[in-house]
Amino acid sequence: MFELANPKRFMDVSGIALPWLAASAAVLIAVALGLGLFLSPPDYQQGDTVRIMFVHVPAAWIAMMAYGLMAAASIVGLVNRHPLADLAAKSAAPLGALFTALALITGSLWGKPMWGAFWVWDARLTSFLILFFLYLGYIALWNAIEDDVRAARAAAVLALVGAVDVVIVKFSVDWWNTLHQGESIFRSSGPLIAPVFLWPLLLMAFGYTFLFLTLWLVRIRTEILTRRCRTLLARETAR
Amino acid sequence: MTQFFAMGGYAAFVWPAYGVSFAGLAIAIGLTWRSYAKAKALMGKLEKGGDS
Amino acid sequence: MISFAALVSRDLHIATRAGGSVLLAISFFAATTALFPLGIGINPSFLFRMAAGVVWVAAVFACLLSLDRLFEADYEDGSLDLLALGPLSLEGVALAKIVSHWLTSGLPLTLVSPLLALLFRLPQAASVALAISLLVGTPAVSAIGAIGAALTISVRRGGLILPLIVLPLLTPVVIFGTGAVLATLDGMSNGALPLLAAFSLASVLLAPFATAAALRLHLAA
Repeated sequence: MFELANPKRFMDVSGIALPWLAASAAVLIAVALGLGLFLSPPDYQQGDTVRIMFVHVPAAWIAMMAYGLMAAASIVGLVNRHPLADLAAKSAAPLGALFTALALITGSLWGKPMWGAFWVWDARLTSFLILFFLYLGYIALWNAIEDDVRAARAAAVLALVGAVDVVIVKFSVDWWNTLHQGESIFRSSGPLIAPVFLWPLLLMAFGYTFLFLTLWLVRIRTEILTRRCRTLLARETAR
Repeated sequence: MTQFFAMGGYAAFVWPAYGVSFAGLAIAIGLTWRSYAKAKALMGKLEKGGDS
Repeated sequence: MISFAALVSRDLHIATRAGGSVLLAISFFAATTALFPLGIGINPSFLFRMAAGVVWVAAVFACLLSLDRLFEADYEDGSLDLLALGPLSLEGVALAKIVSHWLTSGLPLTLVSPLLALLFRLPQAASVALAISLLVGTPAVSAIGAIGAALTISVRRGGLILPLIVLPLLTPVVIFGTGAVLATLDGMSNGALPLLAAFSLASVLLAPFATAAALRLHLAA
């Protein structure tokens, strides 16, 4: 695993893996789309709105997975001081923010026909909103600190503090909702998943995962190249 | 066919959900690819015009 | 131990002299709180239910005001490096800063809050609950705020990033803080205060470590 930590090795291995990841993503998403939009029936209770689940739930899963990867990379960056870990964390954040936004928007669009409102303050949606702000703060911190190493460490600390916090936020909003019976009835998990719905959901989730991995690796490669360019430019101007 | 587009009356919700999702993903792909291509181009220029 | 007390008292002196942050925090707190009924509506039967939320949010903002200067002054004149070399550990320095920040923001706000509760026609029991919730919860605001302040030292426009980083982290404090008041208004206990106390205690105990880690990034780097 740590052999990948060498940037050159990383470029080589990711270069080989990328076409496969990208192709898998495209195929999985296309098949999932076909199944979800054309071949699966409307749900008994929710009608055709159940199809929103096929883009909402995978986005939410990726949003959480991205944060997990970001936090793990942050730990490695803080403990092992490996620059590649720092780049990995930095690269994951904008993607995570995007998928969180997609989850929130599609969740709203699903919520309106389901529960009558574009927004409800239940634990899941609220913690996703907080997650979105955590991503924004993380990205802002990276952009604000000029020194790369300092920025990486500061952002890593923030990522870890945020990880602990978002769990507590979810718990606290859950607790809040038990006081106000009205909202807590709403469950955003959707219907019991029958197989005809499970296939498009899982395929789309895998497709989104491969797409995330593709974009993540490309972003890390871009960071590595950018840093190399900067070093080369610095050497040029030093002459 | 029109029944498909009508999505059982929920078209106003289903299609924007898919639309936003794919627009968002397309923008992400586009931006990611563009910055990678730029970095690669700059790298190529530096390596060619640079030292040996 | 001597150094800890010295640090706290030095910061207190700075904050309470003319132009210091205590009066600023109290004024901001009062002005913000007073603005809300004008914006939202002064119907008395509805006013007292929003008191807890309004006062809590205003308190959080007022505490945030003095956060971005928490470490700046010492960083700029080199005192931070001296403190790092001194007998008190960096975690101790962080805790001292958190304590002095709370004494100059959270505590004064808590003492002023019963007066503001009058603006909302809050029943007396609820007003007491509000003060207690602020007393227990504002240390968490100082603690978590200190982490944000340490992360954003010497950042240009750090004053804008600080709330963005800290506010999401403070969500549980506001939820439990207002929940404690609502328990009194609804006449049944809901466990908000113990949860708030637990969160506060955990924050104050753990924040010095994260703050010190962030401070180390900026020392003689």
